[in-house]
Amino acid sequence: MNALDIVLWVIVPYISLAIFVVGHYWRYKYDKFGWTTRSSQLYESRLLRWGSPLFHFGILFVLIGHVMGLGIPKSWTEAVGLSETAYHAMAIGVGAIAGFGTLVGLGILLYRRRTTGPVFSATTKNDKFMYLVLTMTILFGLSNTVLGVVGHGGVDYRDTVSPWFRSIFYFNPQPELMAAAGPGFQLHALSALLLFAIWPFTRLVHVFSAPLGYFTRPYIVYRSRDRQLGNRATPRGWDRVGGPRR
Amino acid sequence: MRVMAQMGMVMNLDKCIGCHTCSVTCKQAWTNRSGVEYVWFNNVETRPGQGYPRTYEDQEKWRGGWQLGRNGRLSLRTGSRLKRLLTIFSSPVQPSINDYYEPWTYDYETLTNAPVQEHTPVARPRSLLTNKPMNIKWSANWDDNLGGAPELTQADPVLQKISAEIKEKFEQTYMFYLPRICEHCINPSCAASCPSGAIYKREEDGIVLVDQDRCRGWRQCVTGCPYKKVYFNHRTGKAEKCTFCFPRVEVGIPTVCSETCVGRLRYIGIILYDADRVLEAASTPNDQDLYMAQRSIILDPHDPEVVRAAERAGISRDWIDSAQRSPIYSLITKFEVALPLHPEYRTMPMVWYIPPLSPVVDALTETGHDGEDAGNIFGAIESLRIPIEYLAELFAAGDTSLVTGVLKKLGAMRAYMRDLNLGRPADESIATAVGMTGQDIQDMHRLLAIAKYDERYVIPAIHAEQGPEREEFDTGCSLDYEDGPGMGGWGPFGETSGGSTPIAVENFHMLSARQTTDTLSAPPTKAQRVNLLNWDGKGAPEGLFPSRGNDDARHGPDGGGDGPGSPSVTEPKP
Repeated sequence: MNALDIVLWVIVPYISLAIFVVGHYWRYKYDKFGWTTRSSQLYESRLLRWGSPLFHFGILFVLIGHVMGLGIPKSWTEAVGLSETAYHAMAIGVGAIAGFGTLVGLGILLYRRRTTGPVFSATTKNDKFMYLVLTMTILFGLSNTVLGVVGHGGVDYRDTVSPWFRSIFYFNPQPELMAAAGPGFQLHALSALLLFAIWPFTRLVHVFSAPLGYFTRPYIVYRSRDRQLGNRATPRGWDRVGGPRR
Repeated sequence: MRVMAQMGMVMNLDKCIGCHTCSVTCKQAWTNRSGVEYVWFNNVETRPGQGYPRTYEDQEKWRGGWQLGRNGRLSLRTGSRLKRLLTIFSSPVQPSINDYYEPWTYDYETLTNAPVQEHTPVARPRSLLTNKPMNIKWSANWDDNLGGAPELTQADPVLQKISAEIKEKFEQTYMFYLPRICEHCINPSCAASCPSGAIYKREEDGIVLVDQDRCRGWRQCVTGCPYKKVYFNHRTGKAEKCTFCFPRVEVGIPTVCSETCVGRLRYIGIILYDADRVLEAASTPNDQDLYMAQRSIILDPHDPEVVRAAERAGISRDWIDSAQRSPIYSLITKFEVALPLHPEYRTMPMVWYIPPLSPVVDALTETGHDGEDAGNIFGAIESLRIPIEYLAELFAAGDTSLVTGVLKKLGAMRAYMRDLNLGRPADESIATAVGMTGQDIQDMHRLLAIAKYDERYVIPAIHAEQGPEREEFDTGCSLDYEDGPGMGGWGPFGETSGGSTPIAVENFHMLSARQTTDTLSAPPTKAQRVNLLNWDGKGAPEGLFPSRGNDDARHGPDGGGDGPGSPSVTEPKP
């Protein structure tokens, strides 16, 4: 294990995750107005109708796969009697389908973004950089899956990447595991870390406004005008008589 | 009984001349921004016509509003909540920009910088979306005044419903204007379809607004609104809609569209309604009963019991007072001449219309009959040039008797008032024939024909003890004005980020700057400057050039000081 490994698999991950967490907090505090999906459906919907659900549902399955693959230790799945081969057949099967769905969806969306005039002119530099990093991450990840199908002679990510990933959250990082994971997983991890670092500053923030509250709230929302006087929160010392104590 | 107040509007379509002043002033006030170029919170449609966006009334296609399920329960036409969330990645029936129109500008610069040539240079249209030259194929008002009829008008969904054809003969065509704003519905389906809960109804006055900080651009509201009066700002990615000009209404003045209406056809007031019975009324099984159902939840503000309940609900005395004097309450409930637009959408719209009568009088006069004679009018209403069926599809879910009743009242008013104007004795039988009294008719005539500003707009201001709020609604930090310490211009992630500039703060600073300057357009040091017209060209007198920073101390704090230069080279203060 050399210094580079420590930088790449200890320092960079912590920096990236710190930016991810603090960045989201800051963006939400500072820029609620900019927190949106920035939908371009108004401009074009023929391609979007195929590309967007393919991409989004695909990436949701990919996310579930990652939670399982990275979050659940190998010993647990073996304890419930799931054999190594069965696990990998399932993971690679579902992963490849979801991954290719995501990739095809992304391909349609990128094609649409480039060729539809209004959509292209609504694309910011920020968007372009984000698409680059996102596409890179997905391509690296998918190529790992494909290599896993074709060769399967390489490393088992559940012995290397997953424990390393979990070790970050135990605050007991084990860079040597990742250093042994092979370049495919290393590239995927690095580009993912870059993606996490830029995440709060891109349109990807809309992931965190998935409107799950819609299921439980009443249909019509009523709001009173006079919960608050003026256009900012009441400063300390200026509470109204009989108002709530803070 | 849970009493709530609701701001509403009535438009008298007989008076609309289709001048579009309301649309233009509204656009200037609210949507003259990038991202909402195609948006008209107020638009005036020629009916029959496709409307804006095209054929928006075809709910089989656009799936707006509510419907009754087989179990008799009210649900959104787009389906269940789960279904909406599952299709959120690509909204199945959202109108595209072409259903509105692609906004454009003209290459005006060509007109001034084109080289000398044989032909006059032409300013070509350029798309505001792509900045590329484009062919203009449609706009918000393409079929204005039956432009493109009969081909375009045949696509009018209302026309198709009554299976009437616009006559190809010029003499037999008919049309009228329909100005439309957001209906500020009592049962708004846009709010119900918003996944983020960003669209809300204000408890105090029922105005439906979009919280720009909560909207996440899921665009379900665009589909949910059957009137297609929620728009998607394609630059900020947020929904925007008519605000009923709440900053104006809050201080007791009418909306911009009403204020500038040339025909003075708009009436604004509040009604009190029973919020507990909204769902029940909106679930009325028969479409044609919805009008009466909506009328039934509107409470009589003169009823002492209602007044007491309103006071218990925290509605202040002057609001109750305004509800009693409300012109829209009179037109809806007392005279029963105003009808809601498309009650069958079950959203309980609160912008109501008095259907147009006018052509009947002219038509009768042309045939040699006395056009204002009561008997003649009553007989002719059913053979109006504008088919009653058409008006009924718009305002009464197809119930022609309702529209006929209203038109008879309007006709009776003309006949009755003509006798009075000519100094003849009033014919009370005209009034009783339409179920009114002579006094009712005179009151209605006053409200429809001669009511002044303060009778047409009875708008209670919000309360003084709510002080600072009079200026504006929750719009963020007061330091967020332009170049202020809060922020200036766009946020760091391009034009769609950052907070919004509060209207009142910006105006406050502009106002104070104007009030404290000596002239309308003067910098503070203007009095010290050399007037170049008086300058003899010799040397460089003091004030010829702006002073550097350290000179200021010499001139004293008020900027005048010891008097720079002689009076002959100094422009006198105005």
